[in-house]
Amino acid sequence: MEEISKEEALKLLYNMKLIRAFEEKAGELYAEGKISGFLHLSVGEEAVPVGAISVMGPNDYLTSTHRGHGELIARGGDIKRMMAELFGKKTGYCKGKGGSMHITDIKIGHLGANGIVGGGIPIATGAGAGIKIKKTDQAVLCFFGDGAVNTGAFHESLNLAGLWKLPVVYICENNFYAMSVSLYRSHAVKEIYKRAAAYNMPGVLVDGMNVEDVREKVKEALERARRGEGPTLIEAQTYRYYGHSRTDPSNYRTKEEEDQWKKRDPINTYIKKLKEKGYLTEEDVEKMDKEIEKILEDAVKFAEESPEPEIESIYEDVYA
Amino acid sequence: MKEITYREALREALREEMLRDENVFIAGEDVGIYGGAYAVTKGLYEEFGEERVKDTPISEAAIVGLGTGAALIGLRPVIEIMYIDFTTLAMDQIVNQAAKFHYMSGGNVKVPWVLRTQGGAGRSGAAQHSQSLESWFVHIPGLKVIAPSTPYDAKGLLKSAIRDDNPVIFVEHKMLYNKKGPVPEEEYTIPIGKGIIVKEGKDVTLVSYSKEIDEAMKAAYELQKEGIDVEVIDPRTLKPMDFELIFESVKKTSHLVIAEEDHYTLGVGAEISAKVSEEVIEYLDGPIIRVAALDVPIPAARKLEKRVIPDATRIMDGIRRSLE
Ligand SMILES: Cc1ncc(C[n+]2csc(CCOP(=O)(O)OP(=O)(O)O)c2C)c(N)n1
Ligand SMILES: [Mg+2]
Repeated sequence: MEEISKEEALKLLYNMKLIRAFEEKAGELYAEGKISGFLHLSVGEEAVPVGAISVMGPNDYLTSTHRGHGELIARGGDIKRMMAELFGKKTGYCKGKGGSMHITDIKIGHLGANGIVGGGIPIATGAGAGIKIKKTDQAVLCFFGDGAVNTGAFHESLNLAGLWKLPVVYICENNFYAMSVSLYRSHAVKEIYKRAAAYNMPGVLVDGMNVEDVREKVKEALERARRGEGPTLIEAQTYRYYGHSRTDPSNYRTKEEEDQWKKRDPINTYIKKLKEKGYLTEEDVEKMDKEIEKILEDAVKFAEESPEPEIESIYEDVYA
Repeated sequence: MKEITYREALREALREEMLRDENVFIAGEDVGIYGGAYAVTKGLYEEFGEERVKDTPISEAAIVGLGTGAALIGLRPVIEIMYIDFTTLAMDQIVNQAAKFHYMSGGNVKVPWVLRTQGGAGRSGAAQHSQSLESWFVHIPGLKVIAPSTPYDAKGLLKSAIRDDNPVIFVEHKMLYNKKGPVPEEEYTIPIGKGIIVKEGKDVTLVSYSKEIDEAMKAAYELQKEGIDVEVIDPRTLKPMDFELIFESVKKTSHLVIAEEDHYTLGVGAEISAKVSEEVIEYLDGPIIRVAALDVPIPAARKLEKRVIPDATRIMDGIRRSLE
């Protein structure tokens, strides 16, 4: 594995921590009734977006999902505008019209979270086709869950990408559940990466609790895409610590299973590793936490103080 | 009569029909162990087992298709599409396949499934989780469409839908699941295609359905204070629609307003309006007014969402306009 510089390593840790803190804060605010609508938290899964997006080029694109805060933050999304969107405020990313599941930021190549499972996969594929037509050296990261693998959209898109050798890296955030339904009760082939064989592309299994492993494998896939050799399907195994949404009691899985995964927590294990390497002290961690706390405090304040959207805005943005 | 919720009424209908007919089974996303995204099928997996209460992968087209295939060979599937917004992923199977199979085959086969789904706004779910797409299905010959507003109607109509030999789109509303109402202890069904007069009145006919009925009733009671006597009709079934009931009422009141949660343009109200114009226009003394969701995607922010969906105030304005 390629050696990662101290600076890069700390950035990876910082981004994972920022995502987690954002999610925890959003969860609290939801419980307090300050946020409404759907809220799908990605706590436990931070290594996947952070590792993958750390090797994206500045002009590359990504598509995300209903559980999409991680991708946006890892890509450098504006925390204040995110928070304001969850609050349904005018200053939010979608001017309060989208909520958590529809945040999009074209300026940083973010082509949207999605409320439809699998909905982003054809769109990422289309961006890949567009890149090929424009003959640039850009690429696309397409994020989706294990549940999305069973949609028709997945099959149709990967076939097309494999056929046309599109510069897309398909990254399955396999947290082993689609709402209540475990992968073992819904997939004929339990190893998602093996599905790649059907689409004439490499299938790669990644430890989604290990940010450097994710980074390494996605880097290779992106290089392959830029060389014109076509797409890759990556399966990153991970786990969501909380319920599917904020109303899910998770009665379909065991406490033991949850605890097993938490032992491999992507943030704690990385802190340990970086300390061992001498990249990090406990004081550094505390400093980082303070910095992040401040960012979130500011974001919540910004969201709370922001105005609500005006009623007239209902009619804006229906057509371009 | 006992008081139960809309959710419980639906569950009773499913359970009773599963006990009555072993060909009835349920399939859909999270309907089994989880008991359904809105908890309608809770307990049925435990009672009937996984052969009759099937958790499926996220594969809407296949869910509808499995209903059709099983129905063709004699079963009576009740398939669930978690949100009406996701029926879009199964449109070929619904519209091109199931709806037309009986006709295209010259009556050779029939497709007796029920597709349970739920629509509507009210939870800040935004544009992909709040739609009311029922009029799409009303448009398609071969489908029946039901949209009940009370626990009583939900139970009686779901039982009829399961026994019906055609594909039936059964549209629930996410804000109605906790609504309580009287339901008889004894067995009953409600005929598909029969509406009811929810409140009698002589000045204006107000047709509404599903959750919007509650707003319609609020509007009717408010206007009563002003001396406007509103007759409220709930067709309950959107296809076939009980036009006779609406015509009779319009002949009496000479005014018609339709309140609906789907979009204004080409919604269910557009059809009722056109039909009344064609058949009984000579009885009308004012314009037919449609009070519907605004023609914009449903926004997430509460304040905006509330404005897009018609409330009692907007319905009252509509009624006043029709009487001017
Ligand atoms: C087409 C479609 N079907 C069903 C749903 C409801 N739904 C939302 S998220 C979800 C589970 C998705 O599972 P997965 O893809 O594994 O992502 P995860 O939630 O685990 O991140 C379901 C069934 C939906 N949004 N879209
Ligand atoms: Mg999953």
